[in-house]
Amino acid sequence: MNTSLYQLTLTNFRVFFREPAILFWATLFPIIMAWVLGIAFSGKGESVKTVYVIGREIPGKLSGEKEFGENTGNPSKIKFRKASEEEAVKAIKQGVIAMYLEIAGDSVIYHFDPVNPEAQLTHLIIERGLQGPQDSDNKTSIKPLRAKGTRYIDFLVPGLIALGIMNSCIWGVGWSLIETRMKKLLRRMIATPMKKSRFLSSYMITRVMLGGFETLLLLLFTRLYFGTEITGSIAAFVAVFLAGIFAFSGIAILIASRTAKTEVANGLVNLVTLPMMILSGIFFNYHNFPDWALPVIQALPLTLLADSIRAVFIEAAGFTEILKAVAILSTTGLVTFAIGLRMFKWY
Amino acid sequence: MNKMPVIEIKDVSKSFKEIEAVKNLTLTIYEGEYVALLGPNGAGKTTLIEMIEGLQKPDAGTIRILGMNWKEHEQKLHQKIGLSLQETKFIDKITTKETLDLFGSFYGLRPARTEEILELVNLTEKRKAYTNQLSGGQRQRLAIGIALLNNPRVLLLDEPTTGLDPGARREVWKILEKLRTDFKTTMILTTHYMEEAEVLCERILIMDKGEFIAAGTLPELNARYGEGDLIEITFDQNFDIGASDLPGVKRLNWVNAHTKAEVFVDNIAEVLPSIIESTRHSNIRITALTSRKMTLDDLFISMTGRHLTDA
Repeated sequence: MNTSLYQLTLTNFRVFFREPAILFWATLFPIIMAWVLGIAFSGKGESVKTVYVIGREIPGKLSGEKEFGENTGNPSKIKFRKASEEEAVKAIKQGVIAMYLEIAGDSVIYHFDPVNPEAQLTHLIIERGLQGPQDSDNKTSIKPLRAKGTRYIDFLVPGLIALGIMNSCIWGVGWSLIETRMKKLLRRMIATPMKKSRFLSSYMITRVMLGGFETLLLLLFTRLYFGTEITGSIAAFVAVFLAGIFAFSGIAILIASRTAKTEVANGLVNLVTLPMMILSGIFFNYHNFPDWALPVIQALPLTLLADSIRAVFIEAAGFTEILKAVAILSTTGLVTFAIGLRMFKWY
Repeated sequence: MNKMPVIEIKDVSKSFKEIEAVKNLTLTIYEGEYVALLGPNGAGKTTLIEMIEGLQKPDAGTIRILGMNWKEHEQKLHQKIGLSLQETKFIDKITTKETLDLFGSFYGLRPARTEEILELVNLTEKRKAYTNQLSGGQRQRLAIGIALLNNPRVLLLDEPTTGLDPGARREVWKILEKLRTDFKTTMILTTHYMEEAEVLCERILIMDKGEFIAAGTLPELNARYGEGDLIEITFDQNFDIGASDLPGVKRLNWVNAHTKAEVFVDNIAEVLPSIIESTRHSNIRITALTSRKMTLDDLFISMTGRHLTDA
């Protein structure tokens, strides 16, 4: 078989698999991210909070390692360490601890930043622990959420898949088009009967296949390690995945349509990817941003993609729920592709 | 001559901002001709050849190739033309063979064509080497190999040997000479090596500042603009060589008054014996003597006051 589309796609594959750096960033990096963040926020491995205590006489219940709230069903371990005030202040500044206690006679003074949620939480835990068991009338208790679909890792994996699709397309399509233009190879290719549409399609085909490969690896890893599962329709996931590839390939072609300079290319790529990486709720929920910003954030292609994949993964969504996002993403792809193709500088 | 015109350039001009790169050029190239565009950097050679290649559009004038033009016959022309650009780089981690397969697929060629080309440009041994492992000469031969994939009737090469050492340059020449005898290809190449133009091309166009300042075969150029052969001679004492009234001397140029002279002659073999005879006659010893053919570089200097290889 020697059709140009096959040869062009084959060439893209060869470049991908022969460049160890590309292979690493595209396949292993997302897995490492999922692993590290999954462990850090999913309570795999128990977290112990450290609190410094200053003062001349320290009561026994505020020294050593103590467990608080056994009766609530969600015990927390806190390690108390005697320290000087100077040490404690320094540790706060360095972020080693979130709070320290000052013992002055009978009273305990909490020192912490009131807007730091971790410190607030520690304060409440210790406060409650010091007051002893609550009156037994109050029958509140905590039931930890360990069910699949409610943990941080379940939130994270769909985000990482969306991020992977974006990066794979912007770098894999955009960057390599710019490089081809820089090497004057584009100019050389266009001086043959090669069809421009086939040339650009080969990049999309490559991205669908490689993106699929990268996503499968990540899914396999998180399934085996964290037990994550797709609760919704797999076919709906495939539809969202394809729409995402199409949207970001189009955006990549638009980014790559004019420039032949690495500096400009770098700037453009970062201009497009960085804001979305931060705003689109890949790692943390974007609802922490001010309300007025939400409509903008929710309209970003990466947010659309991440939210829809998340819906399929953890909310058991089917086609109807994701149809709107798929339509918007596909339109984005179509429009950017059309504009990019029109503006494209082949020479 | 009853040859068929292959490339017809008529009143073609092209400017970039303030600079007129190509000024109202007209040129016809016939089937089987090897034509050199010779000139220093910035003479307009690349602009002209890229307009023929369809990579740039002329501001004015027409270009017809095999009776076709770029506007109406783009696909057909791509099939008939082979070209190499100035300093094309290939995809780093793709082998020589894979690169040829890729370009071959654009022409719808069988993979077997790759093998023929590898043989033709003498890269069979390097078929499995990544393109970034090739030497400058090998990379240039690959570029020519790509240009030859489709058996082009017209070959357009932009500085095919710039930056190559003499050995690598000769290897490229060998390939191009074989092409002329075996396939009767029509070729235009740009170069600033006068030797390349002399060795490969029957017709030479000297370009400077967007214009042809001289054109013709090498003997024609020499007869019209050159001063034949050149003898450089040094004597041990003052000697007025001009007083001897030697036959065949066209011009005499004293480098050092009465001791070192440049003698421009029609033919070294005819003039040199009589010069030696006249010195012997006057008891003058010749301390140094060199003689050579006028080169295109000498010609270019005499016309523009600059060297071809000057930037």
